[in-house]
Amino acid sequence: MNLTRQAFLRLTGIAFLTGAARKLVAAVTGPRWAMAVDAAKCATQPNCTRCIAACHQAHNVPAIPDPRHEIHWIAKEPFARTFAAEEDQYSPVRALPAMVLCNHCENPPCVRVCPVQATFKREDGIVAMDWHRCIGCRYCMAACPYGARSFNWEDPRPYIHNPNPEFPTRTKGVVEKCTFCAERIGTGRPPACVEACPQKALVFGNLADPQSPLRALLASRRHVRRKPELGTQPNVFYFL
Amino acid sequence: MFMLEKAMAGSRRYWLWIFCLLAVIGTGLVCYLRQLDHGLGITGLSRDVTWGLYIAQFTFLVGVAASAVMVVLPYYLHNAKAFAKVTILGEFLAVSAVTMCMLFIFVDMGQPARVLNVLLYPTPHSIMFWDMVSLGGYLVLNAVIALVTLRAEREEVPPPGWIKPVILISIPWAVSIHTVTAFLYNGLPGRSLWLTAILAPRFLASAFASGPALLILLCLLLAKVTRSPLFREPVQKLGVIVTYAMSISVFFVLLELFTAFYSQIPEHTESLRYMFAGLDGHTRLVPWMWTSNALALGALALLLVPRYRHNDSLLAIASGMVFFSLWIDKGIGLIVAAFVPSPLGAITEYSPSLAEALISLGVWAFGLLILTVLSKIVLAVRARSLMEAVK
Ligand code: SF4
Repeated sequence: MNLTRQAFLRLTGIAFLTGAARKLVAAVTGPRWAMAVDAAKCATQPNCTRCIAACHQAHNVPAIPDPRHEIHWIAKEPFARTFAAEEDQYSPVRALPAMVLCNHCENPPCVRVCPVQATFKREDGIVAMDWHRCIGCRYCMAACPYGARSFNWEDPRPYIHNPNPEFPTRTKGVVEKCTFCAERIGTGRPPACVEACPQKALVFGNLADPQSPLRALLASRRHVRRKPELGTQPNVFYFL
Repeated sequence: MFMLEKAMAGSRRYWLWIFCLLAVIGTGLVCYLRQLDHGLGITGLSRDVTWGLYIAQFTFLVGVAASAVMVVLPYYLHNAKAFAKVTILGEFLAVSAVTMCMLFIFVDMGQPARVLNVLLYPTPHSIMFWDMVSLGGYLVLNAVIALVTLRAEREEVPPPGWIKPVILISIPWAVSIHTVTAFLYNGLPGRSLWLTAILAPRFLASAFASGPALLILLCLLLAKVTRSPLFREPVQKLGVIVTYAMSISVFFVLLELFTAFYSQIPEHTESLRYMFAGLDGHTRLVPWMWTSNALALGALALLLVPRYRHNDSLLAIASGMVFFSLWIDKGIGLIVAAFVPSPLGAITEYSPSLAEALISLGVWAFGLLILTVLSKIVLAVRARSLMEAVK
């Protein structure tokens, strides 16, 4: 192939510009994923952990018995703990369950501190992870104010009892967390936890679309986010 | 090469010491191989307390490294002749401390084989990137300065002119390494124990106390081993530095306590309460922290009274107390307590496992080995010039 220098430079320039333009367009017009947790609906099934089971099964999250080495992507905690500063002792919602997961913060401190960009913010708002790049320094775990991240203190594979061949397993020495099911929403399916909830207490949707059911719910119902005063701008909302 | 041959000749005692260090290093290495194989699960760390002994040792040792500036600055900027004989020791102490820092970071990594990712994907918005840059630079600066000045001393010629600006750069650089290390912690939302603008000054004050305290002990030891009065000279001046720095350090801690407990904001008091009184019956750190407090107050009592401080043996005791007090404060308390309680209010206690402690000891022994060899070189060079002077 004969390519003059000038043509080569022009082509690189065009490629670079289209790349940048596409990123910009995606950021402006693309989806912004978010989730809402309806605590009252969730509370109607006090012993249900189906969302947790579905998530952990789909993502090969190991069931490690030692609580110190536990790994979870989503967990059930009472409002009294999740919103400790907001809910006084007389509050009626203290006992309500709040599903806690990564908030896919708009301004994520975990991404800010990662020294190798192994955790990063995608254009669609998802805070994703590259498990092949993570060096296991756990700086992100110190930075996340929500305790959303888990570390593989040992090889997780012996604790994955029913592996899902479609999803990678992790190695010892890397951090992991909820990915908002990036692999599923890419193919148009909702996240595993949302799909598994019998009460439809978890609502997943696109914040960038004013017509989306999530936006309608957020516009009509009072909701809170965890520790909004920290400026992380969580993308997981809780209806009381 | 680097005058290493000078470290190869020594008394029985010298070799025995080297041998002991090698044994401790070997034990640490064996434990590290187990950690490498099994994962960081062999430590006492957990999902809630994700950093422990390793990172705390790292933090403490950055301080020791930075403290070289406390002899370099008076000597080069104020011509304090008493420090002539210890500046090189201070710089070598920095070299050994920075080496330990890097090793502690390394042994803390979950995927050490990927360490080069930090260079492959340089990330300026991560403070860890800047910490690496500042520590690496500081190591090179001190190694170059110490070796060049020592070589000049051996050849009995003045050091080359270009070294002066390098030395001047090393002074603010020393401040930078501990400032950046404080920034690792105090820029994190949600870890209230660290989220305080005074963390960097606090780090510096405690560093300028613990480092020179160690240097005092080193000088007194060398004075004893070599029976040379040369090393006693700077000890009293260093004592004054330790006195000031320790007073400021304690003052800063009191400021933190006031802010937290007078404002009574729960997030700001919880970790401190965990350290000094325990939370919900969890009191693992309490005896340590009160030991640290008692040592700090005892040391201040000895240091602040000139009559006591001027006595070399009492000064040595005070220096030991300063060193251990600050080691507990920074090398245990400050890092671990920031993780208690967890973001969800859980209290998970941490204590290092045996393997973790042995690995840490191994790293310390490696640092001491470097320091021993480098001190030995300094002594050998000086002994020769002394002998020639007598001749
Ligand atoms: S919740 Fe934690 S892990 Fe998730 S994006 Fe926010 S800071 Fe990062």
